[in-house]
Amino acid sequence: MSAEFRMECPVPLPPGANVLLGHGSGGKLTAQLIRELFVPVLGNGELARLGDAAVVDVGGVRIAFTTDAFVVTPKFFPGSDIGALSVNGTVNDLAMMGAKPLFVSAALILEEGLPLEDLGSIVASMADACRRASVKLVTGDTKVVERGSADGLFVITSGIGVVPDGVDVGPELARPGDAVLVSGPVGSHGVAVMSRRAGIEFEAELVSDTAPLTGLVEAMIAAGDVRVLRDATRGGMASVLNELAEASGVSITVVEADVPVLPPVRGACEMLGLDPLYVANEGVCVAIVSGDDAAAVLAAARAHPLGSRAAIVGTVEEGAPVVRLRTSLGATRPLLLLAGDQLPRIC
Amino acid sequence: MRFVDEYRDERIARGLLDEIARTVTRPWTIMEVCGGQTHTLIRQGIDQLLPPEIELVHGPGCPVCVTPLALIDEAIEIARRPGSILCSFGDMLRVPGSEEDLFISRAAGADVRVVYSPLDAVEVARRNPDRTVVFFAVGFETTAPANATAVKQAHDLGIENFALLVAHVLVPPAMTAILVSPGNRVQGFLAPGHVCTVMGWTEYEPIARDFRVPIVVTGFEPLDLLEGIRMVVGQLEEGRAEVENQYVRSVRREGNLEAQAVVAEVFEVCDRAWRGIGVIPNSGLRLREPYREHDAELIFPHEGGLASESEECIAGMVLRGRAKPDQCVAYGELCTPEHPLGAPMVSSEGACAAYFLAGRARAGVPR
Amino acid sequence: MCLGVPGKVIEVFEEHGLRMGTVDFGGIRRKACLEYAPEVGLDSYVVIHVGFAISVVDEEEAARQYALLAEMGNLEGIDLPQDPEGVRDEVRR
Repeated sequence: MSAEFRMECPVPLPPGANVLLGHGSGGKLTAQLIRELFVPVLGNGELARLGDAAVVDVGGVRIAFTTDAFVVTPKFFPGSDIGALSVNGTVNDLAMMGAKPLFVSAALILEEGLPLEDLGSIVASMADACRRASVKLVTGDTKVVERGSADGLFVITSGIGVVPDGVDVGPELARPGDAVLVSGPVGSHGVAVMSRRAGIEFEAELVSDTAPLTGLVEAMIAAGDVRVLRDATRGGMASVLNELAEASGVSITVVEADVPVLPPVRGACEMLGLDPLYVANEGVCVAIVSGDDAAAVLAAARAHPLGSRAAIVGTVEEGAPVVRLRTSLGATRPLLLLAGDQLPRIC
Repeated sequence: MRFVDEYRDERIARGLLDEIARTVTRPWTIMEVCGGQTHTLIRQGIDQLLPPEIELVHGPGCPVCVTPLALIDEAIEIARRPGSILCSFGDMLRVPGSEEDLFISRAAGADVRVVYSPLDAVEVARRNPDRTVVFFAVGFETTAPANATAVKQAHDLGIENFALLVAHVLVPPAMTAILVSPGNRVQGFLAPGHVCTVMGWTEYEPIARDFRVPIVVTGFEPLDLLEGIRMVVGQLEEGRAEVENQYVRSVRREGNLEAQAVVAEVFEVCDRAWRGIGVIPNSGLRLREPYREHDAELIFPHEGGLASESEECIAGMVLRGRAKPDQCVAYGELCTPEHPLGAPMVSSEGACAAYFLAGRARAGVPR
Repeated sequence: MCLGVPGKVIEVFEEHGLRMGTVDFGGIRRKACLEYAPEVGLDSYVVIHVGFAISVVDEEEAARQYALLAEMGNLEGIDLPQDPEGVRDEVRR
């Protein structure tokens, strides 16, 4: 699934005749669109599973297959750009199913008037991201649309990988007694992207966390029984946990004080009135791990450069598919799916 | 973060809760005026942790919620004009107007831009000299100095294409309106800490005296709110009715004189309609000369039809503390953050949205 | 209403005729208008609302008040909050 931060708010009117920006926010509207418009029409078992990637059997080999569209604006943001994002996003979707990512494709939709220098930068960034992720970009497509039709450029990547024997990861596999881990501090990407938009410019310190998580995930899977993985992209950690609670039919409790957030991200969220739990990430995943193996998987994550701040943040319980937050005061409240994106507030 | 984290300390919070429980001997109804305070109370679950004798009702301190419907409609009209750019705080984008909201209008092609500071809107005007840039100036007294500075800066620098659509509201007249309304049950107030940072608390002294209600100027972090509640309960139990200051690190009795001066230079007091409540005399601000040439209402006379609210929406009752969100027949069913009937379900510190997002079921209905 | 966040002033300058500052919020920095905090100097804390300092944090008053609040946390007979679901213990395993 793709993720980019959008400052616009999405949801004010009853489901009407048109697509709203909120349908892309990763929250309730997105879920509704998928559930009501896509799955019933296209539906087949694997699609309905709604994993980050599909896992299909081809001649006895389990192939993971994913596709993702990237429309982030601005195209260049602190720490990265749409090119690296598009490769890492697809690589991570494969890794979230326990697959080893192997090959990616890229379709570019270019807006007439896009400076070739920018395009060159972005493609170089994609090449670099492929190298770092150990994948090869083996096929692609290019289209050009008229000025005004594409906001610079859009990138659509697809990817395939192989799920090794014995590895079974899926959104429906969480069980009561499991531990919930997060692989790193949350909120960095969304706030970094926002920091480049006019009117909310911060100085320097906020950087997108986009990164390929393959190595980190491999280390975690090797260390213990990792049942569920999902990268916490649009909608943030809170939205992802809601999706997983729903898919697995379990309750999840998160301890607010245990969720890592980098200090500058926290400061930015305080300033803008945002909740970091709902802000998009590009280099962080949520893992649900069997309770017995939680400590070992955590240690393995922390030993990896991309997981140095990994933390156990909650537990899975029996019950209705609700996510609850234990606040810093010790009270418990539901952590709901938002209707759409958060907006900066003055109040 | 200093001056933030330490005011979220769990141990001290528990200590304050215990102290409140020890002090209270009978039921009391307390109103927190500010939407930001509502947000913290609900988000942290403080109202669940308080002893049952204490009932918190949420006040109208949410400028998003009380901005008149007609002004929302006007903002949308201005945004839809090809030659304008409408700049706004993020809070306003989802507030329903009579037909739609700013966000929908943006999807239909209107140039609507979210800004963090009103000075950013002046910058937009500077960079777009051929368009009229209108800043939707909502807020209580806290935001008035910032909005005043923006229009003063534009005026002094000769940025003629910058205008304000003014929707400022003032707190003390609203508190008084609540206290005089028949059926009022509010016995004590947590006054808004950032409004008082700017204005001081002298305006609240006659209210405390004349209505015999304790008023405690309170901050926004969990320990601030608990301490403020403790102080109000203390006064109520002792039969006192004074203005006290909990938010000592930011509020002084006289407030911020420089900020008050710029507000007085740019604005003057006027009557204002509060959405869901009605006209409260002398409860708003409007531009005074020589800044009237930057008044968007004069530049763009309102052309639209009569503003119309949903019939089910009881926002007015909620804003006055006369009803709780979960008592509304539309709450959680017809009216949710996805399709709000009224403003308090939109703004994250609106009472209805705060309840909804904290997972409160409709009274008597299992969720 | 009124989201106001405390930050530390680390730089003071002028821009478009207004006294401005760079304010640090626990590691992140943004400029803010200091016109209404004329007495503020470097390393002081201010409360920022929509990019404007509306007050200078009175650190002495804050410390005095906090000492009293902290007493609340130390009073005898207070149990550390019980954790009915045992969540915290489990996650700290």
